[in-house]
Amino acid sequence: MDISTRIGSLKLENPTILASGILGVSRASLMHVFSNGAGACVIKSISLKERVGHHAPNMITYEGGMLNAVGYSNPGVDEAREEFKELNNVGGPVLASIIGQNAEEFGQMAEKLLPGEFSAVEAVLSCPHTPGYGTMAGQGTPKSTEEITKAIRSKTQLPLFIKISPDSQPIGEVAKAAEAAGADGIVAVNTMGPGMIVDIQTGQPILHFKVGGVSGVALRPIAVRCIYDIRKAVKIPIIGVGGVTTGRDAVEMMMVGATAVEIGTAIYSRGIDVFAKVSDEIRAFMQEKGYKKLEDFVSLTHKLEG
Amino acid sequence: MERPLHPFEQPRMLPIADIVQETENVRTFFFAVELHSKPGQFVIMWIPRVDEKPFSIAYDEDGKLGLSIAKVGRFTEKLFEYKKGDLVGIRGPYGSPFTLQEGSKRILLVGGGYGVAPLATLASQALARGITVDFCNGARTKTQLLFMKRLKAMKIHLHIATDDGSEGRKGFVTDVAAELLAKNSYDVVYTCGPELMEQKVVNAASEKNVPCQVSIERYMKCGFGICGACCLDGSGKRMCLEGPVVSGEFARTQSEFGKFHRIASGHKIFFDAR
Repeated sequence: MDISTRIGSLKLENPTILASGILGVSRASLMHVFSNGAGACVIKSISLKERVGHHAPNMITYEGGMLNAVGYSNPGVDEAREEFKELNNVGGPVLASIIGQNAEEFGQMAEKLLPGEFSAVEAVLSCPHTPGYGTMAGQGTPKSTEEITKAIRSKTQLPLFIKISPDSQPIGEVAKAAEAAGADGIVAVNTMGPGMIVDIQTGQPILHFKVGGVSGVALRPIAVRCIYDIRKAVKIPIIGVGGVTTGRDAVEMMMVGATAVEIGTAIYSRGIDVFAKVSDEIRAFMQEKGYKKLEDFVSLTHKLEG
Repeated sequence: MERPLHPFEQPRMLPIADIVQETENVRTFFFAVELHSKPGQFVIMWIPRVDEKPFSIAYDEDGKLGLSIAKVGRFTEKLFEYKKGDLVGIRGPYGSPFTLQEGSKRILLVGGGYGVAPLATLASQALARGITVDFCNGARTKTQLLFMKRLKAMKIHLHIATDDGSEGRKGFVTDVAAELLAKNSYDVVYTCGPELMEQKVVNAASEKNVPCQVSIERYMKCGFGICGACCLDGSGKRMCLEGPVVSGEFARTQSEFGKFHRIASGHKIFFDAR
């Protein structure tokens, strides 16, 4: 049974990808994730200058998943270039994740980080909890998406994926803007919200930044609907992300139009070998249904509509 | 009908039950709760609107949790203003523990600074199993030696070293440990403290082919294996989950052990070899 997948020119042995912001801080951490079955990895997002991020608590879990407000802690582009070297033998394709405060900065990031050994680039226009970036900087509109995508496109030949927010609606219009500006694919979706959890002994919000992006199972049905909408709006490939915990969830996202899925929060509930587990569960499903390859059910939901 | 909720990680607010001054710079904060942790594990403490930080567990028995904490920065300065009855958040225990091996007859424990805390708990568990314990405690000077009262009350062979000779041997605790390793036969060596001290102990144990367990402390945010801040160069293993206690042989294969650690941004800071 073949669970390899193609996302444009990118070839993956299996459709599970480490989502950005989870582990992915160092070359060694990527190797650890690949050895647990990931088909590809996205590094933790890099900015031009070093960022310490928000004070802790940065992450808390709850019945529906997780809230996080890390605030893009990263060592900055110069140290990141030193860190992410010799990527051709870590175990699979590595996607760079870049952030910027405006289109010009995204262009600079592409120039400075990407001439390394990355297989592709994921540009994040959708963080809901870092002032100056993502939706807090208005990057979620079709106009802003077009500007940023063009700025990166002019600086790199690598496959370019734009990661968008479930809160940018109608989401199909945002995806169309990215496609028209030269993106090779869409990553849908980032965390939603932001949300807030309050400690009732003290009345204090638990996250130091008070609010944070919501990921995990609560996000999944929203992510599935967003991918469904985006598939109807654009032709370019979609990487699905948002609450994928089991093989069933990965299959569901592929049925509405994704060709691969990113996994993050599920590392908490299922362990770092969640990638191997999800691949096994996809194979078991395909066995049961008599599918030979992923294309047999990718976009099935749309095909049924005729 | 009640259906089970999934388990999740949020701080549990606990009033400080007691505060004990250990040395001029270290206090033990007690809470009326028992976490049933194992020596070497840690908890994460939250002070609302300040920060959240990991601390090793010094006491976790008889319905009391004790955390021995040095005043070193913004978080601990705030904590040192707290009085009995004030609420802080605790979550955990997290991480891999020190483990006693079946059939051990004599073990060597080497601690420095607050690394002594988990080793003291380990020592009392070893004594309860009839294992002979050599315990090395080192510090720069007498007033910085931690848990001396607690250690002196135990039936262990206690070996003290201070850099200035104000108590015990004048010199490094690692030299004392090396001499003991040369003289006696040990089943396992356990070490917790400043990383360059740990590295010397790990290497000395390896030369004698004695198994070793070492606690590798790294900056961490989540404590449950998600954020990646504590991944080691070499294996990428997470010191909050697959550590902090690892085997000495594993530590020796990790390229950053004894060399550098990463701060909140991921920027590398190299250990200052003296």
